[in-house]
Amino acid sequence: MQLHKITIASGLALALSFSGAFAGNFKPAVSFGSPITEADIAAWDIDIQTATGKGLPAGSGSVAEGKALFNAQCIGCHGVDAAGGSQYGSMVGGKRPLTGGGYPYAPILFDYIRRAMPMNAPQSLSNDEVYALTAYIYALNEFIAQDAVLDAGSLAAVQMPAHVRDGFIVDDRPDTAATRCMEDC
Amino acid sequence: MTEEKILRPISKTSPEKYSEGTAREEGALKPTTRRSFLTGAASAVAAATVASTTGAVAASLEVQPSSKSMGRTTVPQGYGMPSKYEDHVTRNRTDVYVNKQNYSDWSMTPIQHQQGIITPNGLIFERHHAGIPDIDPDTHELVIHGMVRQPMRYTMDNLMRYPSVSKFHFMECSGNGLTDWLAVKSKTVQQTHGLLSCSQFTGVPVSWLLDEVGLESGAKWLLFEGADGSAHARSIPIDKALDDVMLVFASGGEMLRPENGYPLRAFIPGWEGNTSVKWLRRIKVSDQPWHLRSETARYTDPMPEGKFRQFSMEMECKSVITNPSGGMQMQGPGLYELQGFAWSGNGTVKAVDITTDGGRSWRTADLEGPVLDKCLTRFRYRWNWDGGPAKIASRAVDSTGYVQPTVAELAENRRIAGFVQHHNGIFPWAINTNGEVSNAIA
Repeated sequence: MQLHKITIASGLALALSFSGAFAGNFKPAVSFGSPITEADIAAWDIDIQTATGKGLPAGSGSVAEGKALFNAQCIGCHGVDAAGGSQYGSMVGGKRPLTGGGYPYAPILFDYIRRAMPMNAPQSLSNDEVYALTAYIYALNEFIAQDAVLDAGSLAAVQMPAHVRDGFIVDDRPDTAATRCMEDC
Repeated sequence: MTEEKILRPISKTSPEKYSEGTAREEGALKPTTRRSFLTGAASAVAAATVASTTGAVAASLEVQPSSKSMGRTTVPQGYGMPSKYEDHVTRNRTDVYVNKQNYSDWSMTPIQHQQGIITPNGLIFERHHAGIPDIDPDTHELVIHGMVRQPMRYTMDNLMRYPSVSKFHFMECSGNGLTDWLAVKSKTVQQTHGLLSCSQFTGVPVSWLLDEVGLESGAKWLLFEGADGSAHARSIPIDKALDDVMLVFASGGEMLRPENGYPLRAFIPGWEGNTSVKWLRRIKVSDQPWHLRSETARYTDPMPEGKFRQFSMEMECKSVITNPSGGMQMQGPGLYELQGFAWSGNGTVKAVDITTDGGRSWRTADLEGPVLDKCLTRFRYRWNWDGGPAKIASRAVDSTGYVQPTVAELAENRRIAGFVQHHNGIFPWAINTNGEVSNAIA
């Protein structure tokens, strides 16, 4: 097996070289993958660029639809009115992740619900249902009105509280400058 | 303390090894003194008592049962397991937090038992967000798409046909030490520092595959996404990906364990473990980061004035003494070799210093090779314990010149409250006159 690999690596033209971590290992001029179209990736293509809303799908959901769905599928873990339940704490009020400072961009919650919730059946909800749940949680936090309907455009336009939206700084470490004291420290 | 005393050879009457003062009973860590007496024998009284009741210390040797019988047969095929006498060496979930479910949970590596720099595969720490999937490698695929010239799909057979590279690296969870910043919460080094492992990882440089799909102009970020029930995903800057990121299928000489991402994971050297996305199914190329929940509401550092620091990826230089460490029992005054690990996500370990007087004075420890980039490095320091109270700690320096800080120094710029990650502070252990070793972070 190893000899086979060496033959491939040395017998063909080398496309890339590296001076860093992989010095001495060159990419062989081969490709063992297969082309695929974006259309064929669609079922896996669930990510949202949350700062802009890019990737938000078609569909819509209302606060009322979200409440009904929440009470049917989410209440067991998250509790009545998302105030905390058997498994998890409150999603309403001053603590993280909502008004306390976790979600600077409104589509973050949509992305998270769509990829990971409900925990016992992830990726089972329709896009309409994910919009509805997002609307319900955001209405509970008074980010949107009780009669709101969210879709790609209106969700991307929801403004999170300013202290949350502007509450992040990019990594600025090292943030210490300890010295190597050896005696009488 | 003089150099002569430190380097004094170990005499036959000196203890050769620490015994651990804890044992697992009914799933809980409870102190036990029996084992330390059995292995100790530092005290003549203790030795005599043990000898009279158990026969463990006999006046003259007898032929052992193992010499007078045939052992177990060689089985036709099977996977070897540790000795039954090592069944106390296990990954353990946290005993500080009680999670109400164990799908989004973690377990820690028993680094106090780790000999050498490589963590056995069955002891590599775990962190999952929706349980451990059992993925068939014959059906698993990776796709790369987004801002590329040609989206591509790869089966595991495709990926493993490439020439491979193998690299030794540590992996540390950003939450390592989470529970023990300002107050003592954890008893053992497994609980304070066990979200740490090290192995030789084998796979393919992601740069090779990015070259195949062809990055479009303006491509700056990659999304790595898993095939588990959380579809865990992180945004990774493309410069890092092109530098040293690998797509790995093996660690420690064998295919990844299911709990560590089988059959394929990202491996991002030196960065918080959360970025090394397990069960990797998709890489998407973009011009900006995604700002997902896992990079805004989680894995961010609380800062003054209610702010949070984002994308703090590198695990900064850190070290800890593992022997002796919390929960262990010293076996009387005399020579001990202090041992532990140092590592840095920003390069190699340049030096490790040891204090035995609570940080007033420091001496340089020996580093045991190999000393590798972004890899656990073992250090050793011979110390003559006089039997009095002592506070021991290690302090590492990396190849950038960065010196491991104290918690107080870290707290000057960070808000140490709530769920605080990236704890690389100097970590002390106290030793009392009874020889009991305990967490002394506060």
